[in-house]
Amino acid sequence: MEAISIFSVPCFIFLFLIFGFIKRIDVYDSFVSGAGMGLKSAIKIIPSLIGLMTAIAMLRESGCLEMIIRAISPLTELIHMPADIVPLSLLRPLSGSASLALVTDIFQNFGPDSVEGRIASIMMGSTETTFYTIAVYFGSAGIKNIRYTLAAALTADLCGIIMSVVLVQVFGL
Amino acid sequence: MMNYIWGGIILLSLIVSVFTGRVEQTAAAAVSGAGSAVDLSLSLLGIMCLWTGISKIGEDAGLIRRIAKILTPPIRFVFPRLDPKGKAFGSVVMNIVANLLGMGNAATPLGIKAVGELKRLSPDPGRATDEMCMLVVLNTASLQLIPTTLISLRQSYGAASPGDVIAPIWICEICALVLGIAAAKFLSRRSRT
Repeated sequence: MEAISIFSVPCFIFLFLIFGFIKRIDVYDSFVSGAGMGLKSAIKIIPSLIGLMTAIAMLRESGCLEMIIRAISPLTELIHMPADIVPLSLLRPLSGSASLALVTDIFQNFGPDSVEGRIASIMMGSTETTFYTIAVYFGSAGIKNIRYTLAAALTADLCGIIMSVVLVQVFGL
Repeated sequence: MMNYIWGGIILLSLIVSVFTGRVEQTAAAAVSGAGSAVDLSLSLLGIMCLWTGISKIGEDAGLIRRIAKILTPPIRFVFPRLDPKGKAFGSVVMNIVANLLGMGNAATPLGIKAVGELKRLSPDPGRATDEMCMLVVLNTASLQLIPTTLISLRQSYGAASPGDVIAPIWICEICALVLGIAAAKFLSRRSRT
């Protein structure tokens, strides 16, 4: 299990480079142009991140987050879900920047290796911004009637959310 | 949607801060929150660019096309009524592979193209076909093999081993994916009868 985690990143980079050489492309050129694209998209998310991290810092400092968490904790205790994870599980399907801001907030307050930090990491890594994806794909094709797409997508999200709690709390991963 | 969420969070925080007597701290948090967003973006910038650069090598070398061949059989199983030699199937496969490799920049246009080609096969242009629903469900599940942003975030907050969540993330992704596909198949069968 640990080996997979450790070796996956270097294996990826190795595979990509070797493949680039086999195909005789200019790997350095490709890398630089790709990194430039990354720079553009990273800069593009800064404004929304500023807005959302500000909002979430205010929510925590005002004591409001604690009130919400305390109100729902009886429910979340049933499935051994730390209450601090709840805001993340609610916002994850709605906004990528908002959930990134929440994960950062959890890392700041509990640390990335805490139970909360690990659940947040797994949840963040194994789910997607469902509503945004649906809007982009169907919106661009002019599809109005999306039928059962949202129901099936949210089923998958719910599974990812519950599994991330189970993997950490029950299996200690 | 984000309009109400964002505005709501800030207004709610300000109102609650009056009652909890934490107006000063809340105002201070607004300033520090904005600052830490910039710090975060800067600390993620390098690794994000590194990864998009590596991805671009794979993209330019035609890695998507190569892996697409390997993944065709399982994808045929998920899209049984789609002609595997057709254009639409090709775009679907390419979209899925680009997602797996974390090529967000390439995946979205490929996915939009795939939905457009599926639409051409559809008798009712305003209504999603089963194949479109399945494709979008796959895209709303995270298929990414290496969650790069998350790992860099863990690293910048001092995780002992930032990448040690990859294996649990895979387990979690697979469970969510299988359930998502099953839900889509079940709901499509039910909507037909």
